[in-house]
Amino acid sequence: MAITTATSPSTPKRSLWRRLPIVHQLSQSVGIQRGMLVTGLVLTALFVLTALLAPILAPYGYSQLRDESGGFGAQRPPSAEHLLGTTVGGYDVLSRVIWGAQTALSVVVVAVLLSIFAGVALGLVSGYFGGWLDRILVVVCDAIYAFPTLLLAIVMSIAISGGQSSLWGGIFAAAISITVVFIPQYFRVIRAETVRIKSEAYVESAKVVGTGNVRIMFRHVLRNATRTLPLIFTLNASEAILTLAGLGFLGFGIEPTSASEWGFDLNKALSDVSSGIWWTSVPVGLALVLAVLGMTLVGESLNDLADPRLRGRRAVAASSGTVAETSVVPGGSLTAGPGGLAGLENEGRS
Amino acid sequence: MTDVLQIRDLDVSFATDAGAVKAVDRVSLTVGPGEVVAIVGESGSGKTVTAKTILGLLPETATRSGAVLLRSKDGSSENDIVSVSKDRLRQIRGADVSMVFQEPSTALNPVYTVGWQIAEGLRAHDPKLSAKAARARAIDILTRVGIPEPEVRVDYYPHQFSGGQKQRVVIAMALVLDPGLIVADEPTTALDVTVQAEILDLLRRCRDEFGSSIVLITHNMGVVADLADRVVVMYQGEIVEEADVYSLFANPQNDYTKKLLAAVPRIGQKIEAAERKAPIARDAEPVVRAEKLQIEYPGRMGRPGFKAVDGVSFSIAPGEVLGLVGESGSGKTTIGRAIAGLTKVTGGSLRVLDSEMNGMKERAFRPKRSSIGFVFQDPASSFNPLLTITECVAEPLKVHRKDLDARAVSQRVGELLEAVQLPRSYGDRYPHELSGGQRQRASLARALALNPKLLVADEPTSALDVSVQARVLELFAELQAELGFAALFISHDLAVVDILADRIAVLYHGKLIEEGTGVEVLGAPKDPYTQRLLASLPVPDPIAQAERRRLLADLIAGNPPA
Repeated sequence: MAITTATSPSTPKRSLWRRLPIVHQLSQSVGIQRGMLVTGLVLTALFVLTALLAPILAPYGYSQLRDESGGFGAQRPPSAEHLLGTTVGGYDVLSRVIWGAQTALSVVVVAVLLSIFAGVALGLVSGYFGGWLDRILVVVCDAIYAFPTLLLAIVMSIAISGGQSSLWGGIFAAAISITVVFIPQYFRVIRAETVRIKSEAYVESAKVVGTGNVRIMFRHVLRNATRTLPLIFTLNASEAILTLAGLGFLGFGIEPTSASEWGFDLNKALSDVSSGIWWTSVPVGLALVLAVLGMTLVGESLNDLADPRLRGRRAVAASSGTVAETSVVPGGSLTAGPGGLAGLENEGRS
Repeated sequence: MTDVLQIRDLDVSFATDAGAVKAVDRVSLTVGPGEVVAIVGESGSGKTVTAKTILGLLPETATRSGAVLLRSKDGSSENDIVSVSKDRLRQIRGADVSMVFQEPSTALNPVYTVGWQIAEGLRAHDPKLSAKAARARAIDILTRVGIPEPEVRVDYYPHQFSGGQKQRVVIAMALVLDPGLIVADEPTTALDVTVQAEILDLLRRCRDEFGSSIVLITHNMGVVADLADRVVVMYQGEIVEEADVYSLFANPQNDYTKKLLAAVPRIGQKIEAAERKAPIARDAEPVVRAEKLQIEYPGRMGRPGFKAVDGVSFSIAPGEVLGLVGESGSGKTTIGRAIAGLTKVTGGSLRVLDSEMNGMKERAFRPKRSSIGFVFQDPASSFNPLLTITECVAEPLKVHRKDLDARAVSQRVGELLEAVQLPRSYGDRYPHELSGGQRQRASLARALALNPKLLVADEPTSALDVSVQARVLELFAELQAELGFAALFISHDLAVVDILADRIAVLYHGKLIEEGTGVEVLGAPKDPYTQRLLASLPVPDPIAQAERRRLLADLIAGNPPA
């Protein structure tokens, strides 16, 4: 049988921009899922921008108690000088909220960076090699799961900061205590993926070729195991903010003179609530809720969009669409794309 | 009209990420009472989608138009599946139309007994049915589909049945409400060839004894010839030919049908490339020599292990192609994996390229790996989805030939792709952008990258459509003749092995039962199992197949299966 190498209609590559993690999902989404994702992205962007531009946006410093015209005074209602009033300690509420975003962001960044590298590396090694190392790591991670998260974070925070409360000391104490809780999550996910991928035919084929373990781990396993990371990343980021706020609320956070921290401010606003002073608690609480909501929305919609069964699609007109090209007798199809029928039938042919 | 099923102008489109895809395009067909209509086509031809439409099983992303008229067995009612309500559809399913799935082990729920699952279907249509009556009917139907000791077996869980018996149970579930139409979607694809013959017999009895019509979805022309009365050939969502089974096989009209029939491998068919290969050096040191090879998988705590391979001896001379044939569980894949060092040898001796694999150390064997190529069964999963074809094919070079610079590597990859008849430009594509046959050719290119002395091909064509399979086999034969590597060709398909192999070895339950040239083994098989295997293989010719069916029946009557 003569075999002709027919020229194929080239499949246009999507541009790099369109293939970037979040941009790709955004263009893929429709309806409510798109609404959720956009809301989440806007809230998250707002949070990040506020944090980055805090020095410009905030009218006062986070620990400022007085300006040229004298002290701010405690528990002042909203006014022209203090748009959201002042706290019981005499700080400007609006400034505290804005600076608080910065603290929250740095904790998220440090915590996620620390846990992602440690968790991924441990998960990869543990899942790939298995054996006694794997068993020990899994038991340790299970043990960490068994502790209440916040309790563990409190213990870690005391152990790390040793009672000090400088800005970075506080941030690192909070971040590392969160890291300890997060590493098992990354570890679990990457380990499960690694164990699955380890038995895939392409890893076996690399083994048959004689590829070394390190090369297999990084070139074949790791790159395929990171698909779910953006999802855990966003969900963990929101959890990190909550844990930080929880620590601050319980008094294990950062002192008001070192940085602004939402949990601490909420704690101090507790007594105000019953005496009708709303401005010390509502703005802080709202900022906290919106930051967490934004990231959770992004995470949840990424989760839905990553699963073809949950992903909504626009309905098509009855007889629209072209017939997918299938294998042609003398050749075999030349354009097998992601839109091919193989992706539609739920059961793969074994 | 007395047709059980009428499909008129059916269109089905799917919403996908890449836009709308049309799967079925203006399909019309009818099925008469007691008729077996086969819908034949390759993957993506829309045959499964058509079948699922008959039961209203399409996913939410599908849009359909046209009419699917289904008449109940007694002719009392007729419904249009496309437009009926969900409640009505539920009443129709099971009672008027039922389905037999491809993979019996996934169609049954593992946590319930088969009797419960059969009764579940009965209760769904008659909530007042007592548990006792349901059980009685389950036992009755199991008897009729040929399950031995049905009174006991009714309380068995699915895993306690063999694959063929599971498919019998699935058929029993389909038959229990006595539907007028059974849709069988590749009912024998997941089964071994000897079991396939039994299931085809059972389906024939469904028609004769129960009076059901059958819509048979398959890609196997042998199965069509064996069972069908009328054949509908689908291609790219359209019906290209429709004829009764005798005239279709004797005198196909459409070009596609002709090519499809020509591509089906037959025993005794030799291809040109395989003829002009160099003579085999029998006296040279063999590339692979197995002596009393034993491979045992460890059992769970305290239980004895499972002997996958038990005392097998064979050898492969340089430049020779040994075809290893057997059904699932015969140990053929295990032998292939042991030769590639993926599975541990537990007893006897296996020498591959002069190194002993029993007690092999990975570090010591690694240099030898450059002389072994391996082609995996499923081309879809044997490529790292994140690397381009060029990167995948270059992997062996990067590992073993560190002396080559980037230009030399890409030069070599280009040559390899051309050797397997893929355009060089395909190197920039990702594996999912290639079709199954193209991927399998790329897989061959990767296996040949280092000019191996030995190639292990584990069912390299069983995941491919028949027309694509023909081309990959041709290519394999050409490359083998040209490059002269020795090969172990593992397959369950006797016809495929016969085309390529110099010698054929037949495995059964981990033991080698017959070995010899293709003419010896397939022309005059000595072992009763080989005889049965050969007789079970359906041929794409309805008249010859009817004859073979009689022979097989005689054979089984003469030597009852173990």
